[in-house]
Amino acid sequence: MKINRRDLLAASAGIAGAAGFGLPGIRPAFAQEPAFAPEAGASLRLLRWAPFVQGDEDAWLANTKKFTEATGVEVRVDKESWEDIRPKAAVTANVGSGPDMVLCWFDDAHQYPDKLVDLTDLGTYLDGKYGGFYDGLKGYAMRGDKYIALPLAAIGNAICYRQSHIEAAGFKEFPKDTAGFLDLCKAMKAKGTPAGFAHGKAVGDGNNYVHWLLWSHGGKMVDEAGVVAINSPETIAAINYAKALYDTFIPGTESWQDINNNRAFLAGQVSLTANGVSLYYAAKKDEKLKDLTADLRATNFPMGPVGTNVELYQTTQAVVFNHTKFPNACKAYLKFMYEAEQMNAWITGSSAYCCQPLKAFASNPVWTADPMHAPYAKASETLRPNGYAGPLGYASAAVMADYVLVDMFAAAVTGAATPEEAAAQAEKRANRYYKV
Amino acid sequence: MASRSSPGAISRSGSLLKRFNNSRNALGFVFMLPAAIFLLGFLTYPLGLGVWLGFTDTRIGRAGDFVGLQNYFYLMDDQVFWLSVFNTVVYTLVASILKFALGLWLALILNEKLPFKSFFRAIVLLPWVVPTVLSALAFWWIYDAQFSILSWSLMKLGLIDQPINFLGDPFNARVSVIAANVWRGIPFVAISLLAGLQTIPVSLQEAASLDGATPWKRFRYVTLPMLTPIIAVVMTFSVLFTFTDFQLIYVLTKGGPVNATHLMATLSFQRGIPGGQLGEGAAIAVAMIPFLLASILFSFFGLQRRKWQQGGAD
Repeated sequence: MKINRRDLLAASAGIAGAAGFGLPGIRPAFAQEPAFAPEAGASLRLLRWAPFVQGDEDAWLANTKKFTEATGVEVRVDKESWEDIRPKAAVTANVGSGPDMVLCWFDDAHQYPDKLVDLTDLGTYLDGKYGGFYDGLKGYAMRGDKYIALPLAAIGNAICYRQSHIEAAGFKEFPKDTAGFLDLCKAMKAKGTPAGFAHGKAVGDGNNYVHWLLWSHGGKMVDEAGVVAINSPETIAAINYAKALYDTFIPGTESWQDINNNRAFLAGQVSLTANGVSLYYAAKKDEKLKDLTADLRATNFPMGPVGTNVELYQTTQAVVFNHTKFPNACKAYLKFMYEAEQMNAWITGSSAYCCQPLKAFASNPVWTADPMHAPYAKASETLRPNGYAGPLGYASAAVMADYVLVDMFAAAVTGAATPEEAAAQAEKRANRYYKV
Repeated sequence: MASRSSPGAISRSGSLLKRFNNSRNALGFVFMLPAAIFLLGFLTYPLGLGVWLGFTDTRIGRAGDFVGLQNYFYLMDDQVFWLSVFNTVVYTLVASILKFALGLWLALILNEKLPFKSFFRAIVLLPWVVPTVLSALAFWWIYDAQFSILSWSLMKLGLIDQPINFLGDPFNARVSVIAANVWRGIPFVAISLLAGLQTIPVSLQEAASLDGATPWKRFRYVTLPMLTPIIAVVMTFSVLFTFTDFQLIYVLTKGGPVNATHLMATLSFQRGIPGGQLGEGAAIAVAMIPFLLASILFSFFGLQRRKWQQGGAD
């Protein structure tokens, strides 16, 4: 029997609907359900980041295969190192050629909104059906009242530490605030089991760490109107705290890129760092690291003077470029991938590395399947967007890409600049993008 | 009628073809056309576009407006840009001098009668043959803050008590990236100069020996002057490769720590592509051109001067 596109649309809606009814938070919204009939002869290219957890890619490809089997639309999934996605997506946008869809990062979509297919119909449908997109993720995907992208996931980042080492340093429990955290790091250094956080040009870990430093002390890059506000007493306090913390680190963190902390932690060189859940899985699959895995714990970053958890987290969005010849096929593909059956399979396969974009999927059993997953479960709910408290856009993306915040903290902690000089330099550089 | 006119037409077209075949100018033009199209399409156009972009505020995904010298005025006041200029000049100067000195030394050794000469010549080329990214990754491990084999060896020998912070300290980082560049660049200089050495007639060396010249004098007054034209070409290329280096820095440090190893090429990429400011990225790239032109002019109008080649002064 041959299945045509019309059959598939009906069937996939049925499957998704059936799967959806079984999950809390899913609201049937068939009245508004958009139908995307793939164009005749459509074939698609998707560029995505190379997986950190193999189950993520396996599930994504399995879902894609299901889509192809059902529609006959071939989807070629290319992968690149995650740091190469941003420049490749940028070039794709600029030259108007290349993959039809990209799973991009952070505020990429806001750099070239005019080059993207409007996904408002699909976004509104998913938002209505699955309990709504989380606000932080939604901000990355919306411009005004239009969806220029579909929020896909937040990549949770949590403190990973050795339980026996914090106990040896005199701490029964992990401190909840920044003052206690500094005491812990000092004690751990004294015991020869130091902490380490990236102060090099680490796009992911470096940015996560410095944004937590800044935001937990009340600093911000810009105010609500997009006026640069980095040179503030709160920023100076954050820098001074970072200096004190840096003194407790293992030497060499100024050169750390994204991979260094994983290597150092798994080799037992540091006993406390921050990472995605991939660190846990890297330890778990290595038989020689059995003891380390049993001793490994994860928790959220401690609260600073602001009194709430404020973290950046990496976010990824799906965008469709308007140079595609098959916009309907792209939308049909994304719709299929976001429906409950596929999305749940993907979240499960990602083993807590990718936190769901839609609230209905928060009940996915993966979050309770392993205690190590718990600190990553609320990443989508608690994240604060890049460029807080201003609008997302070209300037916020450029400030991050130019490592303005990373450089500010690195310059101050290494003594290359005083905290005041570092904050003033950051202000000047940020002003360039926010155009005083 | 047609049958009468055909022979004339054939004869005329035949004579045109003949004239074309015999015309050196026409043939020269046709033979040069593919190369000219290639150069115009793949060199002149991108270069021209880059220069134009430097005068605009083009961003990724958005056509820009002409802003004159605004990008350059901003760069004049940008500490990170000037740091990258300083880094690039230091990196190029130090690495080029070292590559020249060590490359020439190696070439002179390889030019002597050695056992397994061909084998050694092949081995010397290895760093040049290995893709830059692979050798950069190897150096990344060698310079790792925690797992460096160098640090480990020195610690085992009892010479140091903690790992060397190769890429975390600004001075160490500059020395480290220069060392990696020198390691990679020596074979090009050595093998090119070796080719030059082999073109020097043995009779000249023998005549100098008979006249009582010491090895140093033979090198100074025979080898070096004869080698200077090759040195000029080789070092021009070496300087150009070094000045525009990107991969080593991008893999090893991405310009860190605190921009201490940012070169103009890496900063141009950072601002232009991930940062989205194509105009400013292009302006940084264009700012490299005067330096590159200066090195080319120095090489061609300086090192190739006959007086210098003959050991004289101006």
